[in-house]
Amino acid sequence: MKKGVRGRIIFILLTVFASIIFFLPSTPVYSKLPPWWGRVFPSKGITLGLDLQGGMHLVLEVQGEKAVDNTVERTMVAIKGSLENKKTPAQSIKREGRDILLSFAPENKEAISKLIDEQYPNMTTKQSGPGEMVLTLKDSEVKRILESSTSQALETIRNRIDQFGVTEPLIQKQGANQILVQLPGVKEPQRAIELIGRTALLEFKLVDDDNPIARQLPSQIEPDQEAAILQEYQAKIPPDDQILFERDVNKETNKVTKRPFLVKRQAALAGDLLSDARVSIGQFNEPYVAITFDPVGAKLFEKVTEENRHHRLAIVLDNNVYSAPVIQEKIAGGRAQISGSFTTQQANDLAIVLRAGALPAPVTIIQNVTVGPSLGQDSIDKGLKAGVIGTLLVVLFMFFYYRFSGLVADLTLVLNVILLVGALAAMNATLTLPGIAGIILTIGMAVDSNVLIFERIREELRAGKPVRLAVNAGYDKAFLTIVDSHVTTLITAFVLFMFGTGPIKGFAVTLSLGVIINLFTSLVGTKVVYDLVISRRKVEQLSI
Amino acid sequence: MFEIFGKTQIDFVGKRYIFFALSTLLVSLGLFSLVQISRGKANLGIDFAGGAAVQLKFNQPIHIDAARKALDENGLKNAELQQVVQDNRLLIRVKKQDIVEQNVRDKIQQAFAKSFPDNQFVVESSTEIGPTVGQKLQKDALVAVMLSMLCIVAYIAFRFEFRFGIAATIATFHDVFAVLGIFFVLNKEINLLVVTALLTLAGYSLTDTVVVFDRIRENLKGRRKESLEQVINDSINQVLSRTFNTSVTVFLAVLAIFFFGGEVIHDFALAMIMGVIVGTYSSWFVASPLLLLWRKRVGVLKRA
Repeated sequence: MKKGVRGRIIFILLTVFASIIFFLPSTPVYSKLPPWWGRVFPSKGITLGLDLQGGMHLVLEVQGEKAVDNTVERTMVAIKGSLENKKTPAQSIKREGRDILLSFAPENKEAISKLIDEQYPNMTTKQSGPGEMVLTLKDSEVKRILESSTSQALETIRNRIDQFGVTEPLIQKQGANQILVQLPGVKEPQRAIELIGRTALLEFKLVDDDNPIARQLPSQIEPDQEAAILQEYQAKIPPDDQILFERDVNKETNKVTKRPFLVKRQAALAGDLLSDARVSIGQFNEPYVAITFDPVGAKLFEKVTEENRHHRLAIVLDNNVYSAPVIQEKIAGGRAQISGSFTTQQANDLAIVLRAGALPAPVTIIQNVTVGPSLGQDSIDKGLKAGVIGTLLVVLFMFFYYRFSGLVADLTLVLNVILLVGALAAMNATLTLPGIAGIILTIGMAVDSNVLIFERIREELRAGKPVRLAVNAGYDKAFLTIVDSHVTTLITAFVLFMFGTGPIKGFAVTLSLGVIINLFTSLVGTKVVYDLVISRRKVEQLSI
Repeated sequence: MFEIFGKTQIDFVGKRYIFFALSTLLVSLGLFSLVQISRGKANLGIDFAGGAAVQLKFNQPIHIDAARKALDENGLKNAELQQVVQDNRLLIRVKKQDIVEQNVRDKIQQAFAKSFPDNQFVVESSTEIGPTVGQKLQKDALVAVMLSMLCIVAYIAFRFEFRFGIAATIATFHDVFAVLGIFFVLNKEINLLVVTALLTLAGYSLTDTVVVFDRIRENLKGRRKESLEQVINDSINQVLSRTFNTSVTVFLAVLAIFFFGGEVIHDFALAMIMGVIVGTYSSWFVASPLLLLWRKRVGVLKRA
C-alpha cells in the first residue's frame, strides 16, 4: 500500500492506543490491573462532577462589614484601657456605627490626642472640640479589614474541612468577598454546613451577680420568651452589661428551656487564646470539651480566676451561654472544661471549630447545591443509555443512507468518541451530566462533516468523474465548509466555557473538544480508509 | 445511491413572503417573551430567579395534591410541584419571594415527615440560590448571548461578504428567538441549561446556513447571466439533501437524550430538538431569500 496511507494509519492507531491508556483508570477494568501499572501509566482518569458523584457545592458570602464593626468595638475597649492607664481617663466613651465618641476633661486633650496618634494609627479624627473627639476608622483600614476577613475566613474554613475529613475538597476565593466550597461525596451535608458556617466566637464573660437586676431575672423561660425578656430588661441594666441565654434540655422530657444571665459585656478572655481543644468523657458518661490556653491566655485566666473568686464565669459561644460555673479558686495551668448537653458528635464538632479558630466575620450561604449519591449514579446510567441509543440511531441511519461509505462515517464516530474520552481523561477534566449530553451531541455532529463530503462525492460521480478523482474532489471542496461549520460551533462553546459555571462548563468542554477532534477524524480519519481501498485495486464503482 | 430528495425544483424564493410572515410571527413571539422575562413574568428557573429546588424520592407512591396540601400547611405556599410517577419522585420548587427564611430544605423535610409518617423518603438533591446570585447569573447569560452573536457576525463577515454576514446573523437571531418564544408559550421553565441550548443551537444552525451560502457563492462565480433569484433557488435545491441529513443526524442524537436522558437534561434536549427543526427551516426558507433584500439597492452580489 502507499506509504502515506501506512503512516496515517499508524498515527491513528497510536492516538487510539494513547486514548485507551488515558481512559483506563475510569473503567472497572482498572481495578484488576497489577499495581505497577499505576506507577508507569496515568492513574487518574476523568473526574466526575458533583452532579454525577454526589456532593455539595456551597458559595459563602463573608459579612466583612461585621468584622469592621468588631474591630471598632475592640479598639474602643482598648482605648478606654489605655486612657485609664495613662491617668487621663475618658469621661464617656461609646461607639456609634464606625465612630468612637470620646469625651474627656479639656486639659487632657493634648495628651489624649498624642496617645491616639501613637498607639492607634488605624483611627483618624473626624471631628474634635475642646472636651470631645469623634474618631473613626481610616478608609485604608476598612479596606484592609474587608480584604483580610475573606482570606482569613477561607483559611479557617479550610482548617475546619481538613479536620472534618472529605476527600479532595475544593475551597477557593471567588470575587471580593465570596468563598466557594465543594465537597465531593460528602456523607452528611447538613453537618458540614453547620461546621463551616459557625462563627464559633468563644468568649469568657463574668456573670454580674452583684447587680440587683440579676436577681429579678427569671431562672427559666420558654424559648420563645427570649425577645420579651430582652425588651423588658434592656433599659434597666447598666451599659456595661448584657443579657445572654443558656439553652437547657431536660434529660427525661427533652423539653427545651432557656435561662437568662446578666453578664459583663466585655469579655474577660476570648477563644483566640486557646492552643488546644479535645473531647473527653466526664463523670456521668457525658462528653465535654477540654480546652487548653496558650501561655498568654493561661496567665490571664489565672488573673481572672484569682480576682473573681466565688463569682461565676460564663462560657459563651456565638453569644450563647454554654455553662457558667462558679470560680472556686485561682486556676493556674490554663485548663478549663466546656460542658453542655452535648452528644459525642456535637462535642467533636465543637472541638474542631475551636481548634481551627473563629471566623473573623459571619458568613451567609448564598448558594447551596447538594446532590445525593444515588441520583448521581442514576444520572450516569441514564446518560450512558441515551448515548448508546443515540449512537445506534445515527450509525443505522448512515449505513442505510450511504451504504459502505456510511460504515466509514460510522468509523469516524467511533474514533471520535474514543479520542474524546481519552482527551478528557488526559486532562483530568470534570464530567457532568450536561457534559455527557455534549458528548452525545458531538456524536450527532461528528457525521455531519462526512455527510458534506459524501454529498460532494456523489455530485462529482454524477458529473461523470472517475472514482478516485471524485473522492479527492469531494474532500477538497468540502474542506472549507467543514472548517466554517466547526468554527461557528466552537465560538459559542468557547463563550459558554467562559461564562458557565460547573455543569455548563462541563458541557462546553466536551463540546469544544468533540468539535476539534472531529476536524481531525472526519478529514484525516476517513480519507485514509478510502485511500486504502482505492490504492489496493482499481475501483469502478463506489458504494456511497 | 439512495436519495430522499432527488433533483428538486422547489421555488423557495418565489414563496418567500409567506415564510417571512411566519418567521416574523415567531420572532415577535420571542421578543415578547424576552420582554416578559425582564419583567419577571416568565417561568424563570431558580438559577435566575433565586429560590430553592428540592428533589425527593419516596418509598411509596405519593399523591401530588396531598403533597401540595402538606406544604401549604407548613408555611410553604406557592410551591411548584412536579412529579415523576413511576419513580415516586417529587420535585419541589419555591421561588425566592416565597421564602421567608433560609433552610427551605429542612422545612420541606419536616412537612413531609409530619404529614406522611409512614412514607419514608430520601432527599436526592437540593439547590438553594440566593437572589443576588440569581441576578448575577441572569446578567452573565445575557452577556454570553450578546458576545456569541458578535463573534458569529464577525466571523461570517470575514469569511463571506458583509451582506451574507447580515443575512446569516438575522437567521441565527431568528432561530434563537423562535425557540425562546415557543418555550415561553409552552410555559417551560427557562434556566441555565435552556440558555446553554439556545447558544449551542445558535452556533449549530449557522453551519446549515453556511452550507447553503457556500453553494450560492460558488454558483455566483460561474453563472453571471442568470438572475439572482434563479441562482439562489438552484443553490438551495442542490444542497437540500446534505442540509437535511446533517440535521437528521443531530436530531436523532438529541432525540435519544430527550427520551432516555432523564429529567435533568430533558428540557435541554427539547430546546435542541426545536432548534434543529427551526434551524433547518431558516436555512432553507429565510436566510438565503434574505440576500435578495440587498440586491435592489446595490446591484449584483459579488463573491467574497
